[in-house]
Amino acid sequence: MFRPILRQLLYAAALILAVLVLNFLLIQLAPGDPAEVIAGEMGGASAEVMAAIRQQYGLDKPLPTQLALYLGRALQGDLGMSYFYNRPVVDLILSRLGPTLLLVATALGFALVVGTRLGMLASRNPRGIASALVTVLSLIGYSAPVFWTGLMLVILFGATIPLFPIAGMIDVVKQGGPLVRALDIAHHLVLPALTLGLVYLAQYSRLTRASMLEVLGADYIRTARAKGVSERQVFGRHAFRNALLPVVTVAGMQFGAIISGAVLVETVFSWPGLGTLAFQSILARDYPTVLGILFFSTLIVIIANLLTDFVSRLLDPRLAGGR
Amino acid sequence: MTEPVLDIRNLKVDFTTRRGVAHVLDDVSFSVAPGELLAIVGESGCGKSMTALSVLGLIPSPPGKVVGGSILFQGRDLTKLRQSEMRKIRGGDIAMIFQEPMTSLNPVFTCGEQIAEAVRLHQKVSPRAALARAVDMLRAVGIPEPELRARAYPHQLSGGMRQRVMIAMALSCEPKLLIADEPTTALDVTVQAQIFGLLDELRQKTGTAIVLITHDMGAVAEMADKVAVMYAGRVIERGPADAVLDDPGHPYTRGLLASIPRVDADPDADLPEIPGIVPALTDLGRGCAFAPRCPLAVDACHAAQPRHVALSGDHSAACIQLEPREVPA
Amino acid sequence: MTAPARTTVPAARGPMAEAWDIFRRSPSAMLGLALLILVMAMTFAGPHIYQVDPFEIVWAPLTPPGEEATIPLGTDNLGRDILAGLIAGGRATLAVGFAAAAITMLIGVLIGAYAGFYGGLVDDMLMRVTEFFQVLPPLLFAMVVVTLFQPTLVNVALAIGIVSWPQTARLTRSEFRRIRTLEYVSAMRAIGAGDGNIIWRVILPNALPPLIVSATLTIGMAILFEAGLSFLGLSDPNVMSWGLMIGSGREYLLDAWWVVTLPGAMIFLTVLGVSLVGDGLNDAFNPRMRER
Repeated sequence: MFRPILRQLLYAAALILAVLVLNFLLIQLAPGDPAEVIAGEMGGASAEVMAAIRQQYGLDKPLPTQLALYLGRALQGDLGMSYFYNRPVVDLILSRLGPTLLLVATALGFALVVGTRLGMLASRNPRGIASALVTVLSLIGYSAPVFWTGLMLVILFGATIPLFPIAGMIDVVKQGGPLVRALDIAHHLVLPALTLGLVYLAQYSRLTRASMLEVLGADYIRTARAKGVSERQVFGRHAFRNALLPVVTVAGMQFGAIISGAVLVETVFSWPGLGTLAFQSILARDYPTVLGILFFSTLIVIIANLLTDFVSRLLDPRLAGGR
Repeated sequence: MTEPVLDIRNLKVDFTTRRGVAHVLDDVSFSVAPGELLAIVGESGCGKSMTALSVLGLIPSPPGKVVGGSILFQGRDLTKLRQSEMRKIRGGDIAMIFQEPMTSLNPVFTCGEQIAEAVRLHQKVSPRAALARAVDMLRAVGIPEPELRARAYPHQLSGGMRQRVMIAMALSCEPKLLIADEPTTALDVTVQAQIFGLLDELRQKTGTAIVLITHDMGAVAEMADKVAVMYAGRVIERGPADAVLDDPGHPYTRGLLASIPRVDADPDADLPEIPGIVPALTDLGRGCAFAPRCPLAVDACHAAQPRHVALSGDHSAACIQLEPREVPA
Repeated sequence: MTAPARTTVPAARGPMAEAWDIFRRSPSAMLGLALLILVMAMTFAGPHIYQVDPFEIVWAPLTPPGEEATIPLGTDNLGRDILAGLIAGGRATLAVGFAAAAITMLIGVLIGAYAGFYGGLVDDMLMRVTEFFQVLPPLLFAMVVVTLFQPTLVNVALAIGIVSWPQTARLTRSEFRRIRTLEYVSAMRAIGAGDGNIIWRVILPNALPPLIVSATLTIGMAILFEAGLSFLGLSDPNVMSWGLMIGSGREYLLDAWWVVTLPGAMIFLTVLGVSLVGDGLNDAFNPRMRER
């Protein structure tokens, strides 16, 4: 089982390298002279200072050398300095990474757990309430822009029923220990996670329902019934385990989309994660930060793909390779 | 006369399809005594598998429905039982194995787990004991290194091995009746012989009655005690295996037996075949279902369904052309 | 006399005509089609019927719908007519959506076809490229592209196209791999048809059904994508679009729900229409799933 994992890790490393190269190329395309921008931050500079800046940042060297330098620095964890915040990009990103991961993980977990259960219930009675709910939800989930659903929830909970906070991650005013803080964060997490999760809940419930219906036609289900297994176990154990496999695969393939969705949701709810940072950096033309975020989020996607593959192998013994 | 393990009387099953009502099983009757092997033969679509599924109550219920007759298992009518009672019987008193071993086992559970599950559904034993029994059963069906195989997943075993696992699972609760629906059709010829041999051996060891659905006449000749021939949802001939095979009464049975390629036949002659095709089950008229293809058909054959005519002892066939024959004194 | 057998065979029709028959009978598919036609009618005919400049300030800001007879849907935070905005916004949204989908299909089908047809090294290389583009988070990458270049409608469409093609490429590739092994392809080779001929005139027409379904879904995704970008203010600020309306009305959300809700509803209905049509097409081309 180890050889394929090793191969995948190497492949992932190659991808990461490719993304870094892409980043470098994009930086070159960015309008404006970085030296000028930096000089501008310093409040203007003479020609000699500009030349010194150029030399310091290696901006006067040929492109391939610059690329090598860039890669070297990147692999050591240096993605440059933010023009806007005047901090290393990596620091900036790491400080905002947590909230985004929290949001994405919660939304995804919610979507998977609730979505698959709902899909399974819907498959037990294709004409019942659960199935109708799945159909309606999935249509809304596919078709409504995620930022619009978020805003609708803001209206609902901001004006009509003020149950949940509609902005930010913590209530700065609140005092208390780590438990109070954790609960406060959770309270703020509800609406953004719900918004982001709803899109995927819709997809997974629909996919699970379809997958269940297909699995239920399999011969081994007939065998289970012939053995005397109860209907509940047939659905909940025999069929469900098999129906989950494509859902996990699809969920894994969607990480890029989920992060994109997180950007929009964070903007709507002022959630202090990478998404709001990306948005602010774009407005401020802070290219190192923007590209740093692009790199980091791609890194997350690559890692998520590896994890999904691993989980798939766990769930489906046929993928684990011969013993 | 010992009471039969399984006694099916005038079973009628209908399927409601878009094109009308299909009489999938029409007045099907036969019985199996303890330790006996009854073979059900016939072309695809004649209702063999449906009969098996209806015994276990596995007919998909919205389109299909038992509309008449009874299925007596050790005296109890299975058609009248609640689902919860049927579940106790399934796998416990009556077990079934299917045609496609490649897809009949759940791919995400090990073979041992699946057999152990069957055991625990019908006997109150610990998981460890159930697994141990699973290993025993694997050994009994001739699988080498059973402890290793119990931890293996179905996709790691060959077709023949998987079918043995199915048999092990089916027999793990010592059922009184085993229904085998074309258990060897999907397997290689050499493996087929092994599986048949295994079934026969187990039957003799445990006294389990077997209903074997097959179109392998060789196996029928070797192993079956009784034969039932089905066509278009009806049993058109039944009786002791020797009688039916040596002296078939119904023209269809004769055609079926004649169409088996023989080693001693003239290699240049055409293979005999029965002309025409099996009718759609929604289109059956009032007469004999075989009449459109029968070389002996007369007008009366289309008017009404023929009833069984006794040929000798338990041997009977449903054809109006037959004269009842007396058993020689 | 033998009983007569039923032997009438219904006249065969082309796969497209048959698919349309099935499509026609699905209420949800026809609803989707109706929605799309309505939206397109509003977009094309609207400006001629309701001749108000969406950027012109016509009344007091944040007037609710129904309060003033000449302004049926109220005004936004600058006093601009919302209904005019909805009508004008459709144009940008639909134009970018369709253009982006076209670009996506073009790139995706090209790459997928060659990868699927030739296999081997070509396939490997093209798939590596595809996987690379798949790993980039689409919105972020599109944001970066739009920021580096000018935020024009063309660039937005291009950006969306660049991030969306991998899915189409994979689908095309698997279809081509499947069809390539079928007998009529070997038959074409046997009579000396060249590769290009086989790819574009034999395999592609047979791969059309799933590609058409995929195209409709791509249109829906592209519309949502464009809405997201203009919501964030990254599209052309001089062109009215529904996403832009939502983005600029955001701050006044709690006081003036209509500024955000109405444009969003338009996006929703449009994409819903596209999704329903896509589902309907899927069912029409794959009748086997209709057993209930």
